[in-house]
Amino acid sequence: MTSELPAHMRPERSFQGLILTLQLFWADQGCVILQPYDMEVGAGTFHPATTLRALGPKPWKAAFVQPSRRPKDGRYGENPNRLQHYYQFQVILKPSPPDLQELYLKSLAAIGIDAKIHDIRFVEDDWESPTLGAWGLGWECWCDGMEVSQFTYFQQVAGVECAPVSGELTYGLERLAMYVQGVDNVFALNFNGREGAEKISYGDVFLQAEQEYSRHNFEFADTYMLFKQFAMAEEACKKYLAAGWADEKKTRHLMALPAYDQCIKASHVFNLLDARGVISVTERQSYILRVRELAKACGAAWLATAGGGTA
Amino acid sequence: MPDLLLEFFSEEIPARMQARAAEDLRKLVTDKLVAAGLTYDGAKAFATPRRLALAVQGIPVRQPDVKEERKGPRVGAPENAIAGFLKAAGLKSIGEAKVQPDKKGDFYVALIEKPGRAAIEVIAEIVPEVIKTFPWPKSMRWGARKMKNVPTINAQGQSIPVVNEKGKTIPVVSDDWLSWVRPLHSIIAIFGPETEEPDIVKFEIEGIKSSDTTFGHRFMAPAQIKVRRFEDYVSKLEKAKVVLDAARRAEMIHADAKNLAFAQGFELVTDDGLLAEVAGLVEWPVVLMGEFDKAFLEIPGEVIRATIRTNQKCFVLRDPQTAKLVNKFIMVANIEASDGGKAIVAGCERVIRARLSDAKFFYETDLKTKLEDRLPKFEHIVFHEKLGTQKERIERIVRLAKELAPIVKADPKKAERAALLCKTDLLTEVVGEFPELQGLMGKYYAEAQGEDEAVAHACEDHYKPKGPDDLVPADPISVAVALADKIDILVGFWAIDEKPTGSKDPYALRRAALGVIRLIIANELRLSLAMAISVPFTAIRYEDERERRISNSMLMMAMRQRGADVETVRRFYRESGEFVHPSDFEEHVWAEFVSIANDLLSFFADRLKVQLREQGARHDLVDAVFALEGQDDLLMIVRRVEALGKFLDTDDGKNLLAGYKRATNIIRIEEKKDKKEYTGAPDPKLYNQAEEKELARTIDTAKAEASKSVAAEDFAAAMSAMAKLRPHVDAFFEKVTVNVDDKALRENRLKLLNEIRSATRAVADFSKIEG
Repeated sequence: MTSELPAHMRPERSFQGLILTLQLFWADQGCVILQPYDMEVGAGTFHPATTLRALGPKPWKAAFVQPSRRPKDGRYGENPNRLQHYYQFQVILKPSPPDLQELYLKSLAAIGIDAKIHDIRFVEDDWESPTLGAWGLGWECWCDGMEVSQFTYFQQVAGVECAPVSGELTYGLERLAMYVQGVDNVFALNFNGREGAEKISYGDVFLQAEQEYSRHNFEFADTYMLFKQFAMAEEACKKYLAAGWADEKKTRHLMALPAYDQCIKASHVFNLLDARGVISVTERQSYILRVRELAKACGAAWLATAGGGTA
Repeated sequence: MPDLLLEFFSEEIPARMQARAAEDLRKLVTDKLVAAGLTYDGAKAFATPRRLALAVQGIPVRQPDVKEERKGPRVGAPENAIAGFLKAAGLKSIGEAKVQPDKKGDFYVALIEKPGRAAIEVIAEIVPEVIKTFPWPKSMRWGARKMKNVPTINAQGQSIPVVNEKGKTIPVVSDDWLSWVRPLHSIIAIFGPETEEPDIVKFEIEGIKSSDTTFGHRFMAPAQIKVRRFEDYVSKLEKAKVVLDAARRAEMIHADAKNLAFAQGFELVTDDGLLAEVAGLVEWPVVLMGEFDKAFLEIPGEVIRATIRTNQKCFVLRDPQTAKLVNKFIMVANIEASDGGKAIVAGCERVIRARLSDAKFFYETDLKTKLEDRLPKFEHIVFHEKLGTQKERIERIVRLAKELAPIVKADPKKAERAALLCKTDLLTEVVGEFPELQGLMGKYYAEAQGEDEAVAHACEDHYKPKGPDDLVPADPISVAVALADKIDILVGFWAIDEKPTGSKDPYALRRAALGVIRLIIANELRLSLAMAISVPFTAIRYEDERERRISNSMLMMAMRQRGADVETVRRFYRESGEFVHPSDFEEHVWAEFVSIANDLLSFFADRLKVQLREQGARHDLVDAVFALEGQDDLLMIVRRVEALGKFLDTDDGKNLLAGYKRATNIIRIEEKKDKKEYTGAPDPKLYNQAEEKELARTIDTAKAEASKSVAAEDFAAAMSAMAKLRPHVDAFFEKVTVNVDDKALRENRLKLLNEIRSATRAVADFSKIEG
């Protein structure tokens, strides 16, 4: 598949080439290739195409890039591999196919990781998201000692048992690209695969943003506004959830998605407040619980929609 | 006799669960075999990252036959009763039954012979049961729940249900949804004698049919393999690049790593925990060596090791001459790479370089901040919801360490300094990344900022002893801080009533108490535990500094005079010239303190008993000593227990104990009979036999002498004093009758017997001694 590509499009030459190759691979496996969700999230798992679609009986296959924001991980662009904004490539397959590991290994082969010369390992890593009320079992996938992906069989999402079980693959795109490009600093990644004057690096695209957002996340993010926003998102989420029930018996819900957006919003605002260091240890737990309550209620609402399996 | 081979082939099993799972499999299957009457010669279980296997040798072909008698109706019973009996017992006619007499007449008895079932059938039931109930620490489901009788959809899009012969719809049923540690892919279950082609033990679970096939190494030999029996299985796996036995994989890794290191003049830093883990991560271990920039060797060796070990699961090497780490590491791959491992080594080196740069950055960042400058941050860190912040806890440790300093012969200024700094490394980057380096990093950073050597060492050593086998610190500064740290945590959790219960001890309080005991005994410290307890206690209960100080001194005073009530202590204090406000020392706090101190002391007593029992001492002697008033000096308690033990080994000791028991028995019986206590002093005028007078006299002298010796802490002498009682006690019992008719005389003699009881309390509470 990749050998026909021009050099600058190849996964080991450019960051975008890596993304394109993964998209092509999973499209070929029957996945819906989605575009990123248009809200700030901490990980691809927050995308409703993962969180909500993992719930209910309907089969689902999707893959997408999700820009992810972890305000606390900002390092003012000074750390070679920590970023407050980075890309995840998510694959979600429901039900998890019996050959999911083989498919994953094939996807690595597609981006140029040859299992004959690289040591690929599945190392225990149980996944848990306290804010989403979700957990699963799986592995970190190592390539020559470097973690390049997370592999999870969802067991519970939004407090609901997953049946069927979804398999979720998350590729840390920057790490993976650094590996296949043989680069030690994320900002040195070749983004567009061109050389010389035409070359655009990851740093060209994102270094300024890392510096500015680190300043914002740690020093200037308006905490007064954020506290308000948290409360407002929480309130709106509850309001939409309450208003969305179509009938007295609560068998059908008509606004699960808009409500879930507010849950995502609250979660991100909480992450910003946390980065600003204005949430104490004890408060922290209670904020997490508040987001989890929203996520659970959204999950319950989703199950009462067509997407969640209610005819 | 036939052998059984099982293999459960799955996606990667967490390394930490493999050994336990193999053992569980062996036990579960063999227990069920035995319960089904199928004994066996031997069984061995194995685990790799992708498979659990069990080989059981020498299982009989059939279960033994079982004979059973079934009692039927009386002879001459109604016909339908007889018919029912024939049916139930499986007899053709009543002639096949025996007739047996009973008290009530003759009865029919059927002799039922249950032939044993074929072992293979029984195993086919046992194995699915084991799979379904397997005790994985964490297990999961995968894919879709398996449904039966799912309707099909026809070309018109109509749903066609599954029907039975009569055309009735069969409802959809879902099987129990299997849980396994990770998705299970195939199962080998074969049974047969050595010389013949074995049979497949047939069953199906979660859509997986048992078979005689498995798969080789994920990358090097993924093809299907057909196996015949255990030896064949092992050798075919080996050909397919799978070493079944974890112990062998570990041996291979260890030997290869050692040789590879040796060939280059280095020495492997052995690490059994890591070795076991790595052996659980590979089916075909391939040992490779990589290196990193020498510049990283500026970082402390432990940090390098933690980085390489925790994050990359690689081993470090050292120079055998200097014992210092070298810039090499050993990794264990799971494949024989076609390029000889070049790409793997290069990849690993890159990851390790990145990790070590992080570690170096952390270490250098840490060095820029003085440890004491980190202290203000503790104000915002909660130690425990009910016990306040880390800052408060550190303040308590400082206070107690200062109090303890003179007792452990430490310089109070240095002890205070060490206590102040001992937790500060918790806020450093390196410890944040590698919590297991807490203490050690504190020492390095303290040294780097020019702290006194003893202070720096205390930063590390105050956590010791961490377990029953850990070394006990001997440097007085470390001892002071170690005691303060441990006593504070004990008092804190006692004050909020979160003591260990049963197997639950989340704050490792038993370990802390044992640590205190070992610190005291090993360093021969004279320490009043009650005093030590009172320091953190008052700090927790009183916020105001002045109140705290006064209350603290009062509690100490009170504890030194155990038994004294609050008023006495208050008066004593007033007389000593210190102004005491009545509210400074509240009754309820006093009561709480006494209760906590006593409870904590008995917790120490229990730990001490465990400790002494492990050393072969008698735990009842610990009780006998602790039962005395005011016992809070562990060193003296241990000395007294030792002296008591030696004394009780002598004839004098044994006979005195016997005499004591005899005396207390008599008193108990008589007290019960008379419903009164014989506790007062006997009247010397009523002594009318020489033995009485002699006994009374020796009791007085023995008591006085023993008390004097105890006060001088010469417990051997105290025991010798007690020994002098023995001939007189014996003579008393021989010549004097206690239960005489003269009531006054009898009472006086009982009171004299009671004096034996009270005299022995000068050395121990003999009633707690067994035997």
